[in-house]
Amino acid sequence: MVAEREGAPSLLYIDLHLVHEVTSPQAFSGLRERGAKVRRPDLTFATVDHSTPTTPRSLPIVDPIAAAQVDQLEKNAAEFGIPYFGFQNANQGIVHVIGPENGLTQPGMTVVCGDSHTATHGAFGALAFGIGTSEVEMVLATQTLLQRKSKSYEVAVNGTLRPGVTAKDIILALCAKIGIGGGTGAVFEYTGTAIRALSMEERMTVCNMSIEAGARAGLVAPDDSTFAYLAGRKYAPAGAEWDKAVALWKQLPTDAGAAYDLSTSIDANTLEPMITFGTNPGMGMAISGAVPDPGGVADSTERESLRKALAYMGLEAGKPLAGQKIDVVFIGSCTNSRMSDLRAAASVLKGRKVNAGVRVMVVPGSQQIKRQAEAEGLDRVFRESGAEWREAGCSMCIAMNGDQLTPGQYSVSTSNRNFEGRQGKGGRTFLASPLTAAASAVTGVVTDVRTML
Amino acid sequence: MKIDSTVTQFLVDNIDTDQIIPARFLKTISKVGLGDQLFYDWRYNADGSPKPEFVLNTEKAKKSQVLVAGDNFGCGSSREHAPWALTQYGFQAVISTSFADIFKNNSLKNRLLPIVVSKEVHTALLGALAADPDLRVSVDVEAQTVSWTGGPSVTFPIDAFSKHCILAGVDEIGYVQQHEAQIAAFEAGRVLSLNTLG
Repeated sequence: MVAEREGAPSLLYIDLHLVHEVTSPQAFSGLRERGAKVRRPDLTFATVDHSTPTTPRSLPIVDPIAAAQVDQLEKNAAEFGIPYFGFQNANQGIVHVIGPENGLTQPGMTVVCGDSHTATHGAFGALAFGIGTSEVEMVLATQTLLQRKSKSYEVAVNGTLRPGVTAKDIILALCAKIGIGGGTGAVFEYTGTAIRALSMEERMTVCNMSIEAGARAGLVAPDDSTFAYLAGRKYAPAGAEWDKAVALWKQLPTDAGAAYDLSTSIDANTLEPMITFGTNPGMGMAISGAVPDPGGVADSTERESLRKALAYMGLEAGKPLAGQKIDVVFIGSCTNSRMSDLRAAASVLKGRKVNAGVRVMVVPGSQQIKRQAEAEGLDRVFRESGAEWREAGCSMCIAMNGDQLTPGQYSVSTSNRNFEGRQGKGGRTFLASPLTAAASAVTGVVTDVRTML
Repeated sequence: MKIDSTVTQFLVDNIDTDQIIPARFLKTISKVGLGDQLFYDWRYNADGSPKPEFVLNTEKAKKSQVLVAGDNFGCGSSREHAPWALTQYGFQAVISTSFADIFKNNSLKNRLLPIVVSKEVHTALLGALAADPDLRVSVDVEAQTVSWTGGPSVTFPIDAFSKHCILAGVDEIGYVQQHEAQIAAFEAGRVLSLNTLG
């Protein structure tokens, strides 16, 4: 905290600023207009992920508008002296994947990016949140942001997840429980034995979708899992600095018995694989459930919103979703494109074939992950099953790069948003875990993975 | 800043920024020309022709500066293209029962007022609009009030600093740059802080 003044928001120092091609060009233009420099290029890192194709990197970017956007970031990074993981760089990847994997994201930091899934970095006990382009310009110019304090919101997840139930199901259950606006104005802290038992990659999956329950940020207190993940990574401290850092990081967790402004809980013991049926991530249910009936909703606007969602999705109230025919399976995105996600999907696809009516795309979150997966032979498992193994990027999570559904198609997707048209105009998305996605890829219909374990 | 305008109604809850402006329009490196892309997939047919029945395609909406929307308006993606598109279409205020946090921030930085009212006031306004579709509402930022003929004058909350910036036309980045000495002093002390990057 640089400054706090009566009446004005606090001036918050930003320890790490991640930049991508879509929300930054206008911010750099603004800097040029005001004749400003990037104040701390050494705390700023840029990559391309949203507009970039996931076809082989030997091919050029076909879409001239996307190519111009990627080119613009490269120029901006060069002009302002910002480290840049470009299209051909061995460290390129989804901005929320490369931060952690390079050790850039560390406990206690403030992390921002012009992207609402910045909450991902909260898995390390960092305060990480998405900002708009005006704020990107603010951070580039001053390395600070004007901020008001958020409410604290405890999400306690206790118990033990059963086989077939994953971190993705925890966060989809939270979205379903409190709704897409449930955490507005708050920062989540995920606590409880089930959260402690999660790997760092799984914690990232949970924190990633905090925004889908309305909270700009969500975090997990750092512990030995956090330190073990960070040790030895490129930008993590080393030697004596490492010991000093760990000692400081150990002081970060919330005091026992601390009071939160808000709280909720999820029972891991009884949690089932989750899936969404509607057009926002809060419209989700256990995979054994039935599509809800708008007739049973009291509030008129809410009822109309549900009716509109089911009409868009082409679903009938009261029917189970399991067995619904699908056209595409997408395994990727900043939610679920890390090694553990790919291993989980491969464990289902190994020795099985993808259903003939389904296109299956597997898109690793970064070039580092792609190489690691190939070293483990996961690419062969995917290819032999009939799935596509592609280059790193956001791909069909946001459908800006040519990877998209056609109107009316259904997908089971490991991404984070099922908004109308999110995966391509007229496309219809069921959000689920990598296990559920892989199981559905094999059968060609929405499938409870527990029937295949 | 005062607004006196007819009202455009768009009563769907949880309108996300992907609807306000679909992602495929974010490949631009400029801020302009986004007004025509506002609510593109709800507003135009597959061949690009406007859907005449969609509210934003009516002459009345095009002249209106106030949008009344459902709960949790602007959820989802942080794209500032959403308020850019809304203001370029002509809106200066959105009235709802709640707004998503990032959208609210982005709006205030673009002189688009996110006006939060209670469910009761929202219902009363919709009732007044049902009785008179040409009803005009008045918004006074200085007084923080929204009112209409025959209705109450309702106070709405707005962050004091944002209000000051809107009314005085303050450049927020310029304001923060005046704190350079404090920022530099904080940075000097960061050697002992948690940060290990620099």
